[in-house]
Amino acid sequence: MVTLKELSTRPEPLTGGHRMCPGCGAPIIVRQVLLAAKDPVVVVSATGCLEVSTTIFPFTAWKVPFLHNAFENSAATASGVEAAYHSLKRQGRFDKNIQIVAFGGDGGTYDIGFQSLSGAMERGHDLLYVCYNNEAYMNTGVQRSGATPKGATTTTAPAGKVSQGKLQWRKDLTEIMVAHELPYVAQATTGNWADLTKKAEKAFATRGPKFINVLQPCRLGWGYRPEDTAVLGRLAFETCFWPIYEVENGVYKVTKPRDKKPVAEFLKTQERFRHLFKPGNEQLLADIQQGVDAHWAKLLAKEAMTAGVKK
Amino acid sequence: MAKFVAKTGNEAMAEAMRQINPDVVAAYPITPATEVVMIFAKYVADGLVNTEYVPVESEHSAMSACVGASAAGGRVMTGTSSQGLVYMYEILPIASALRLPIVMCEVNRAISGPINIHCDHSDTMAARDFGWIQIFSENSQEAYDSLIQAVRIAENHDVLLPTMVTTDGFIISHCLDKIEVLDDKDITAFIGKDRKPNNSLLDLDKPTTLGSIDLQDYYFEHRVQVAEAIKNSKKTIIEVANEFAKKFGRQYGLIEEYKLADADYAIVALGSTCGTAKVVIDELRAKGIKAGLLKIRVYRPFPAEEIAQALSKIKNVAVLDRADGWAGQGGPAYAEIKAALYKSKTPPKMINFVYGLGGREIDKDQLAHVYDCLKNIEQQPDVQYLGVRE
Repeated sequence: MVTLKELSTRPEPLTGGHRMCPGCGAPIIVRQVLLAAKDPVVVVSATGCLEVSTTIFPFTAWKVPFLHNAFENSAATASGVEAAYHSLKRQGRFDKNIQIVAFGGDGGTYDIGFQSLSGAMERGHDLLYVCYNNEAYMNTGVQRSGATPKGATTTTAPAGKVSQGKLQWRKDLTEIMVAHELPYVAQATTGNWADLTKKAEKAFATRGPKFINVLQPCRLGWGYRPEDTAVLGRLAFETCFWPIYEVENGVYKVTKPRDKKPVAEFLKTQERFRHLFKPGNEQLLADIQQGVDAHWAKLLAKEAMTAGVKK
Repeated sequence: MAKFVAKTGNEAMAEAMRQINPDVVAAYPITPATEVVMIFAKYVADGLVNTEYVPVESEHSAMSACVGASAAGGRVMTGTSSQGLVYMYEILPIASALRLPIVMCEVNRAISGPINIHCDHSDTMAARDFGWIQIFSENSQEAYDSLIQAVRIAENHDVLLPTMVTTDGFIISHCLDKIEVLDDKDITAFIGKDRKPNNSLLDLDKPTTLGSIDLQDYYFEHRVQVAEAIKNSKKTIIEVANEFAKKFGRQYGLIEEYKLADADYAIVALGSTCGTAKVVIDELRAKGIKAGLLKIRVYRPFPAEEIAQALSKIKNVAVLDRADGWAGQGGPAYAEIKAALYKSKTPPKMINFVYGLGGREIDKDQLAHVYDCLKNIEQQPDVQYLGVRE
């Protein structure tokens, strides 16, 4: 893996001065992923926080080629970029190696961009799709998405007198990507740069469609102090609220926390879960813990099941 | 050597695509346009073109992939129809705002609902305000010739706008017609071997940010640039048509006049109906009736001045619209032609016929009836639905 020292010498893909919130995890993810690339990168982004905050005309925070098309189509757009790249290269009209990276938030990836993502992955384009997953539509003001966890309050599934936030479990998009039989699928969080960098390096070294789902604490939507972004990312991992793992050609490798902490330790750090700790919601908290445990157990079983399978 | 062959509209468009040899094609099947990309996919499979073919999972992704590929500097084409075009609507104005010269084969078909697979112009007409150049075809030859010209028009640096060339579903798309197919090398020479983009996502030395968020202080200027480009494109369309005529012998313009100069009664129409109208005109002329036709070939940019000029000496005019405008005042062409004539000192008397929706047959008798109506235009309602059962 690339050393920190070496990373510090690589040219900055996304410069400072953009308008992301203080403490936002998204630019951390973008920089850690893109800095892991040895080849030049070309970036495609879905509409969302990342795009609106980094490209306010006539300014741009991007020091690498960047294309934004619309909300739901960054995967399809990136597949077009990739097709042109291959076509021009095959014809001898372009001679460099590049990496194509598409970014989308969870709304643009899990929900409205789901079809576009699935199609691009199925077609096998040589590109990396990174979901900066903050578990709600943060750019439009914290609305519920398919990635929002059960129990979280959002502006379209708020906690109230008779309802306790989102009623449903979140969609397991990472596993849906695994079911696409991609050569490389991973989950990661902020606050663990070595893990994300290593995964990005692996993805870049793999030919074909790759998907990394990175949990991104959002100060605005989650409700916490901006300096805790990395801490929350790590806590999500330590409680198995957001397991970090990779699936290489179908073979699972799960990173285990030293001591699996109760999920409440993660939930209690954030405003979006505050109502869960009111008297009367004990069962809901227990349900969430049970859901996290069941998911974790399934993941370990998949790891055991695929151990020894030739990658 | 150019040669005469029998081709359907779809085959003619696919043949033009083979000769254009785009860098990327991204497309999704839809009746009656499927054949265009199906035939082309076989060309790709047989190694006859350099194209990277992206068989996307939807038209929305087709247009999205076209935007990506065109932003990366490629010469890019697609094909669609009806619901497929409707599904692309969100991305169409993004393609024009990014000034990407994507060329589309669009086969005109009624939009749902009810679902219908046959010809009318409702799909293309509803896409008229997205900053795309729109060229209609009377027959397969025109579709073939216009598609080749479209590459030149779209890629011209004074224009840089996506362009759709349309045929009429089934009437042109599936009917065999004798067409002249030009030489591969003549086409390459005419359009230029490669697209020459003035910026590209793949220019790593000059990284560009494309698709920025444009707030109150720039959005307006960028939209006006698209308006300027559409305005400029008229000149380019005519220049390209003239060069095409010089090289290949067939002359095109923004509009076409057929026996119009001395006509008392004129029909204005688009697409395949113009062919039928020409036959009717010849028959009426043989009976001493001075009938004429104004065909609109280019609908965007709208040739308002040319239409006003052409109709200035006509007494009575019927505008034929193969789409309703859902405004309670007839079809879209009627509304725009009326607007074009607003400043005319000698405007003709005008009525509108909305016809042929969902592939409803339009025949010689019906067109003769339209000319008949023009004889007593004062007694006619402003808008009529031609051939509809009451």
